[in-house]
Amino acid sequence: MWTTRSGWTQRLARAGLLAVMVGLWTGAGHANDRDTMKIGLLALEPADDHAPLSLLDTIVRDAGLQGARLGISDNNETGRFLGQEFLLVEEMLEHQADPVEGLERLAEQNVHWIITHLPAEALNTVLSHELAEQRTFFNAAAPDDALRGEQCRRNLFHVTPSRRMLADALAQFLAYKRWNRWALVYGNTDQDELLAGALRDSARRFGARVAGEKQWPHTAMARRAEGGFHAIQREIPVFLQDLPEHDVLVIADETDYFGEYFPYQTRLPRPVAGTQGMRPTAWHRAHESWGAVQLHRRFEKQAERWMQPGDFAAWIAVRALGEAAARTSSVQPEEVLDYLRGDDFALGAYLGEPVSFRGWDQQLRQPVLVAGPRMVVSVSPQEGFLHPETPLDSLGHDRPESQCRF
Amino acid sequence: MFKFGASGLLLLTLALTPPAALAERVFVSNEKDNTISVIDADRLEVIETIRVGRRPRSMAFSNNGEWLFVAVGDDEAIDIIDLETLQVRSRQASGPDPEVIRVDPNRPYIYVSNEDDNIVTVLDYERRSRVARIPVGVEPEGVALSPDGKWLVNTTETSNMAHFIDTETFEVVHNVLVDARPRHAEFTKDGSEVWVSAEIGATVSVIDMEDFRIKQTIDFDVRGVPRETVQAVGVELTSDGRYAFVALGPSNRVAVVDQQSYEVLDYILVGQRVWHLALNGDETRLFTTNGVSGDVTVIDVESRRALKSIPVGRFPWGVVVSP
Repeated sequence: MWTTRSGWTQRLARAGLLAVMVGLWTGAGHANDRDTMKIGLLALEPADDHAPLSLLDTIVRDAGLQGARLGISDNNETGRFLGQEFLLVEEMLEHQADPVEGLERLAEQNVHWIITHLPAEALNTVLSHELAEQRTFFNAAAPDDALRGEQCRRNLFHVTPSRRMLADALAQFLAYKRWNRWALVYGNTDQDELLAGALRDSARRFGARVAGEKQWPHTAMARRAEGGFHAIQREIPVFLQDLPEHDVLVIADETDYFGEYFPYQTRLPRPVAGTQGMRPTAWHRAHESWGAVQLHRRFEKQAERWMQPGDFAAWIAVRALGEAAARTSSVQPEEVLDYLRGDDFALGAYLGEPVSFRGWDQQLRQPVLVAGPRMVVSVSPQEGFLHPETPLDSLGHDRPESQCRF
Repeated sequence: MFKFGASGLLLLTLALTPPAALAERVFVSNEKDNTISVIDADRLEVIETIRVGRRPRSMAFSNNGEWLFVAVGDDEAIDIIDLETLQVRSRQASGPDPEVIRVDPNRPYIYVSNEDDNIVTVLDYERRSRVARIPVGVEPEGVALSPDGKWLVNTTETSNMAHFIDTETFEVVHNVLVDARPRHAEFTKDGSEVWVSAEIGATVSVIDMEDFRIKQTIDFDVRGVPRETVQAVGVELTSDGRYAFVALGPSNRVAVVDQQSYEVLDYILVGQRVWHLALNGDETRLFTTNGVSGDVTVIDVESRRALKSIPVGRFPWGVVVSP
């Protein structure tokens, strides 16, 4: 397994290992290929100027990577009983790097399965490259509904919830609480606009009303000078005073540059939910049910930090491949893909119910946690939201409304 | 350490009651309460609550019938309860996060699945020592011993396997891939089959002990209940070879299966999130632990009807009936 290095050492190491691999391929190494599955991880480090607003949040530079490593280790624990081996080929790139270069290196090493921890734009760039055509990708980071809709691809699976799934998970819980009047505050990024749109759609679907909405007028400020209360304590009540009466204040701030200031600073005594406050999320450190503690413990022993949603997504992708390989006794793409797309595929993911892939857009069908900063509040879908196939499909774009055409 | 209080009085009462009134006792581990509820199997009432270590789950009796072992996961130990005084008399270290325990019928050994460690630990409860550590797959859970004591079966929840371990050599000899998240293993009385439940797969795999292959997979389909809530967990088999009972988790049902034809005969509505099962001595009654509703359902085996719910502690997990 490769570890992350930087600069020249990394390049030298790559060149060296590549030489070894080429050497193997030309020799008798082929005999063992049947039982070895190589999985690539293609990720961009976060930008240096992007830090979480709260000092309590650690800056994680290898989200996704650590989850994939744990998945490989879990797969190999099982694989040793079945004569299967899983290898991770890591392409953790600097923030400004061209992800296509990572794709090219993975292709040189004959990696078919690629887990991406990339934003939507970079992912689309990679997927549009000719080297992507014959490979299979697992999106572990981009929540964009468009990737699952009009931009969907047959060779792309999504192991992280879409914005709409997250918004639906929140909306169902708010409906359960009968907090049906929302005020919506969103940030100035493109992602925040998309999330605000998803939240509006979710409110409509589950019978809530966005009573009023506003865009936060400031850009990211020097947070260390603010401290959370100097100007904020006066600014937020004034900013919120022209919003109509509401039960809950919903925030759309994906880059985390202002939302964390809102809890307790609101003009009316209202709970804060959305990207800050009570959040819908694929994974949370406070989640302890259904054996989740085991996964936390294994992960923290390995990574020496908490598991992030991106790690969980990457872990699911690797485990899904491991499960398919074990069930089919094969590491061949056709057989593994047939299994992942088939009705028999059901993976345990510490969420109380099996996860699987939706046939219409290859999105992971998964329960979504609704969590406060320190405790899990609930898990959606909520009881009572019915669906003819499975309540899990009440989260996100369902088959009839999907824009995806493979 | 332990007070001679209410339980002491109870002991006195028990000692003074004529033997005919000494009913069977049902022991229920309450995972979130750190207690064991003791139910009188005739009166169907809780008669005692025993304080144990943190996160009690699986339980098993010693071969001499004097002690009850309780795996207390967060204390990484086995608490040993004296069945006369109904108090914890001692404790034995078990390795990390013990979940399921079983006792060897021929030797003073406890087999422990260490969920965090990918290990099955073998303990000697007389010498208070560790006999062996057996590496298995990821997240070992269910443990079962063949009636002759020759085979130990361990299921691993993330590897989705049943590992067959030779109890002489303590080596894994066979591995059988079963459905997702296998929780529990149970041998038939004659030892010819082992039944392995899969929580996420919602199936029971019946494995033939002749060739270690799955001879039958039993599916469960409860009408009017979302498919995902049907999860197979506890399994109990009648010794006459007639019925198998399978606890179906958050679908709140216990399935009744014909042990010979593998056909599902019935689904019995019980409390919420039914987890483990135990038959009484003459196999006329089945006790279920219902984690979310915090109670035990008593089922009449002959009529396949629920007779009563008995409130116990919070998140009842395991259940055993005293021999």
